[in-house]
Amino acid sequence: MRSDTSKLGFYLLLAPILLWLVVLIILPHIGLFMVSISEKIGPREFETGFGNYATFFGEPLYWRTFARTAIMSILATALTLILGFPIAYYIAKLTRGRTKTTLFLMCMIPFWVSELVRTFGWMILLRETGVISNALQSLGLVSGPVELLYNDAAIMVGLVYTSILFMVVPLVTTLDSLDDSLIEAGYDLGGTSTSIMREIVIPHAMPGIVSGCIVVFMLSLGNYLTPILLGGKDSLWFTGMIYTQFITRFNWELGSALGFLLLALSSAIVFLGLKLSKQSLSDTMGRT
Amino acid sequence: MTDTKPDLVCRDLTKDFDSFRAVDQVSFDVSKGSFFSILGPSGCGKTTLLRMIAGFQSPTSGDLQIKGKSMIGVPPNKRPVSMVFQHLALFPTMNIGDNVGFGLRQRGVARTEIARRVDEVLDRVGLPGVAARRINQLSGGQKQRVAIARCMVLEPDVLLLDEPLGALDLKLREHMKVELKSLQAAFDTTFVYITHDQSEALVMSDNIAVMNHGRFEQIGPPHEIYHKPDTAFVAGFVGDANKIDAKVASVNGAMVTLTSAGAEMSVEAPGSELIAGQEAQVFLRPEAVELTKSDHGAGEGDNVSACTVDAVLFNGANSSVIVRDQAGHLLNVAMPQTGSFSGLQVGDAVFTRWHPNQARCYPAATA
Amino acid sequence: MNTTITTSLFFATALTAPIAQADTLRLLTWGGYAPEEVIAKFEAETGHTVEVTTSNNEEMIAKLRATNGGGFDLAQPSQDRITSAQEEFGIYKPIDMSKVNAELFIPSMLDATAGNTTFDGEVYGLPHVWGTSGLVVNTAQAGDVQDYTDLCDASVAGKVSYRLKRPTLIGFAYSMGLDPFAAYNDTAKYQDILNQVEAKLTDCKPNVKTYWGGGDEIKNLLRSGEVVASMAWDTGGWQLNADNPDITFVAPASGALGWIDTFVLPARGRADDAAYDWINFVMRPDIAAMITNTAGNFTAAVDGDAGVSADLKARYQGSFDQSAIDNIKWYPPVPAGLETLEGATLDRINAAN
Repeated sequence: MRSDTSKLGFYLLLAPILLWLVVLIILPHIGLFMVSISEKIGPREFETGFGNYATFFGEPLYWRTFARTAIMSILATALTLILGFPIAYYIAKLTRGRTKTTLFLMCMIPFWVSELVRTFGWMILLRETGVISNALQSLGLVSGPVELLYNDAAIMVGLVYTSILFMVVPLVTTLDSLDDSLIEAGYDLGGTSTSIMREIVIPHAMPGIVSGCIVVFMLSLGNYLTPILLGGKDSLWFTGMIYTQFITRFNWELGSALGFLLLALSSAIVFLGLKLSKQSLSDTMGRT
Repeated sequence: MTDTKPDLVCRDLTKDFDSFRAVDQVSFDVSKGSFFSILGPSGCGKTTLLRMIAGFQSPTSGDLQIKGKSMIGVPPNKRPVSMVFQHLALFPTMNIGDNVGFGLRQRGVARTEIARRVDEVLDRVGLPGVAARRINQLSGGQKQRVAIARCMVLEPDVLLLDEPLGALDLKLREHMKVELKSLQAAFDTTFVYITHDQSEALVMSDNIAVMNHGRFEQIGPPHEIYHKPDTAFVAGFVGDANKIDAKVASVNGAMVTLTSAGAEMSVEAPGSELIAGQEAQVFLRPEAVELTKSDHGAGEGDNVSACTVDAVLFNGANSSVIVRDQAGHLLNVAMPQTGSFSGLQVGDAVFTRWHPNQARCYPAATA
Repeated sequence: MNTTITTSLFFATALTAPIAQADTLRLLTWGGYAPEEVIAKFEAETGHTVEVTTSNNEEMIAKLRATNGGGFDLAQPSQDRITSAQEEFGIYKPIDMSKVNAELFIPSMLDATAGNTTFDGEVYGLPHVWGTSGLVVNTAQAGDVQDYTDLCDASVAGKVSYRLKRPTLIGFAYSMGLDPFAAYNDTAKYQDILNQVEAKLTDCKPNVKTYWGGGDEIKNLLRSGEVVASMAWDTGGWQLNADNPDITFVAPASGALGWIDTFVLPARGRADDAAYDWINFVMRPDIAAMITNTAGNFTAAVDGDAGVSADLKARYQGSFDQSAIDNIKWYPPVPAGLETLEGATLDRINAAN
């Protein structure tokens, strides 16, 4: 009897999360998958098959765009890490009290406005008649207006800017938990700044690095606005392609298949990354 | 004590922070192979002093020499000292072997040589064959020994220890005191140990420096610190003592007569500069007071007073009795180990007596 | 089919707005087609309330497809996008002409739209707002740009823009002397036209600064002078002309592309009466003029231009003389499946280096 009631309590506690999982995540994905395996053969006529998936691999544009998106996202992740680590280290280890809170807050302030506004901010800075171009001209460094927008570098800037907070936060958390005496012990035992960074700080921060990288990679891969607004005529992004299939081409079937491939391939990349860094997902997500 | 050149010499070492002076003109020598403790309450500046020796902080003025060489301006990773941190600071991401071998790796020692020396030092601290284990697989005492091994493998001239026993439970702490002392003897290395626990300092040290408000109050071997404290602070801080506020009634050579709330007592204080009418503090160790059932048999000049038992504090060998004299003063008295007072009850009438040379007398701090 | 229903159900649960009252009109339309003052007047007169969602052709169809034609009571896609969407997804219901005050509509436009939106013998659309797309040119800096293909001229290299969408394909085809609308029902012929346009647009790619996506984006580019000539809508050009007299809309030599936005009833709309009330209300000449003044485009309402501001009329007449009006290429209904061909062409242009 008693175990029955406790079981009931357990299921009652479980119900909201289960409901959330099933209704908002699993069901739509099943639906999406069903759409992705229906091939259109005429108006309102469909048959089941994996033709849409075959289209992805058969049409170089699609998989090249995916590869491009993945490589750019990995690059953006690496850049975010390189930029974010010193910031996080400075906030976590070299400041305390109010300065620390202020700096942390400053990292967050840009995220109080929407991504669209932030991206427009970058457009104002980078465009041919924009702030940077004008500043360079008035300093006499360039003779005519320079176009910094509409290229891959602009996308990279936008992606790093959009996602750096998601790298800094887990890094600050893990670096905060690194006892200062470990670093001092490293120096005391004859370590140099480099060797201490390599042997003590980075191994300690690894779970934060990995979880930050996963989040930033997924955010970059799934970003839609930044590549569309900052990118040029050759800057294709996979999510933009999915949007096109769904909205302008009315081709939900291919769009769904592309969506599933994005899910599968990005998961594969994250899995590979975890294997290469010898981290486990439960470690990384559990500790930060 | 030893005729060898001191390993560590501090001369007028001073450290100023923005608003206060943490270490104030401290000078001392630590001779080779000795166990030197710096004892003081928290905030007395002992940690700052230790961090200056380790190189994490640089002194405002003064000199610091190790093996005759000045260490001013030498970064911590270039000093021939190693430090055992308060919480040991073992690297959790490395196994024990990598922890112990860290310093050797920084020196560029060959891998096989590192492995050999790591095994050897682990053997010496009594932990053979643990090199491949993780840190969290060790007990508190074992971690302690790994932390020492990690320093000792580098063969430092001076080993600094920052209250490493603080985190251990009482039983283990008692055990580690003995073990640390024997490790020090086995390695024959100079240890500089800081603590706020007088028992740790008394048990392990060859010499103790008692520190307060950034200054050394007294340096000396444990028995001297305990029995002949130079200052009221040392007398109060090291060991248990009854502190009696009194007024000097008369000074007769080395013999000082004081009054406290009507009661009169005499204390032998050779060389003190007390004068009649001055406020003074008398320190009296609980074990220096004899408890008797009658006032018969008191020696010549003994301070005797009739008291009633206020409380009996049973604590095995450290049991004590709190008695109240007629003036209302409370006095902590060690329970005689003979068992003759085992039946003592609250309210019983007893007599206390102590010889004038058992107490110490200092001018009251002028506030 | 089965799968479509399943997914649609999921989307329906997620997307549908809270259940509305029968007298609430949920309007899916373009920005500017339902100004605040018009809504206030309508609500005061009829007692209905109006909820406006602004969108564009593709999103309107996608939204209605997601809900199988539910969630809205009245939508306003362009007339060429009605029959194919109805054939593929069945998201509209026929217009009941007995509830429409036909006298308010310019008869020729009403008939043309009825013809273009007839599917299976039923009429699905009523004309509302019409306009054109063509070229917006900074005449001081790119006065030579008279037709779509002029955008590929070396004199304006790096300073032109257009969308990577179907109007660009069609505009370029006309400008190259081809007739894409005539080939709408001949897939092979249409593909041949697309191939020629693809080659042209691929060659033209280095000339383009960026492919624009939204109306505000291209207006910004033109206003700042970063772009001097672009394919765009007439209203955009006229708006810019108000700020900078050098910039204006130019009807291309090969003909502007004419579109008519319509009224359609979503298949599962719940407030048809309110929808008809809205149609009959906004087609009144005074209301039509109010909409023209905010949207910038003229309506199919009889005497709808009477109350339109003189400035707007002047700009319209500056861009269109009678021969330019006669030369407007009106979009015929897009046959189902045509967009797939166009999509592949656009993808290839996008991927070309």
